[in-house]
Amino acid sequence: MINQLHKRWWKVLGAVLMLYTFTAGMMIQVPARFVLHETIRNLFFHVPVWFTMILLLLVSLVQSVRFLRTGKMVHDIMAAETAAVAVLFGCLGFLTGMLWGSFTWGDTFSWLFADTKILGAFIGLMIYAAYFILRGSINDEEKRARVAAVYSIFAYMLLIVFIFVIPRLTDSLHPGNGGNPAFSTYDLDNSMRTVFYPAVFAYFLTGLWIASLRVRVRILHYRKHHINVL
Amino acid sequence: MRFFIRLLAVLLTALHPAWLLAQSSDQAEMATGLRSNGLIWIVVGVILIILCGLLLYLYNLDRRITNMEKEQ
Repeated sequence: MINQLHKRWWKVLGAVLMLYTFTAGMMIQVPARFVLHETIRNLFFHVPVWFTMILLLLVSLVQSVRFLRTGKMVHDIMAAETAAVAVLFGCLGFLTGMLWGSFTWGDTFSWLFADTKILGAFIGLMIYAAYFILRGSINDEEKRARVAAVYSIFAYMLLIVFIFVIPRLTDSLHPGNGGNPAFSTYDLDNSMRTVFYPAVFAYFLTGLWIASLRVRVRILHYRKHHINVL
Repeated sequence: MRFFIRLLAVLLTALHPAWLLAQSSDQAEMATGLRSNGLIWIVVGVILIILCGLLLYLYNLDRRITNMEKEQ
């Protein structure tokens, strides 16, 4: 992945898919459904934000494992920076979900506890907040990297449990959870998938782009102090 | 670059021939009026301008960091 930091093709692909998402997401015919109305289009904008968070954290997990295997600091840098961007996407997911939910589920004030998946995602984000607190509390860089890498393996497993497993076992308003069907029932002719899947890639690649810039700045910082992290 | 522009053009035309069709009458209320008089394009335009601005900003950051890397 390190040799992809300066490549241009995936950044261009992400930008093009982003433009496609925001054009097609607004313009295509969507199924008309009661309660949802036009807000069904939020499937193209709200859901990929969460997918991106989970994918970026997966990248962070892979980099953590690679750090443990190789001991190269660049993997630790990549793990930390992708996790940071993932948390940003998680916060955006919360804000957009609050807005959407307050109009379709009609619940503004108890939003955190209104739904198992929201609470699960919140706990997941808190686990990653603890990841950064843990990093900040260790001064020795090698030690910090090792402890954080081990912690992030546990953190990702917990995140998967809280976001994907527990909401399926209990009641949830989110489609695809608690016995609810996923969006295949709302989208009979699969037309929404033609925007939804590119949207996931668009957000993910853009998130990676932001993370790659942060990584490069960190590498520059180290190089300024004559430390080679590669 | 040109490849991606072509890819986008193919995607846009192949996937959504239904764009120009009028929406059939459904019971649930949808923004059909907004689309029929064309005003939705203005919203899409605004979104695209903001998005292009953000992406250009990101591109500029990328280039600046590349310059810093070359200086060292």
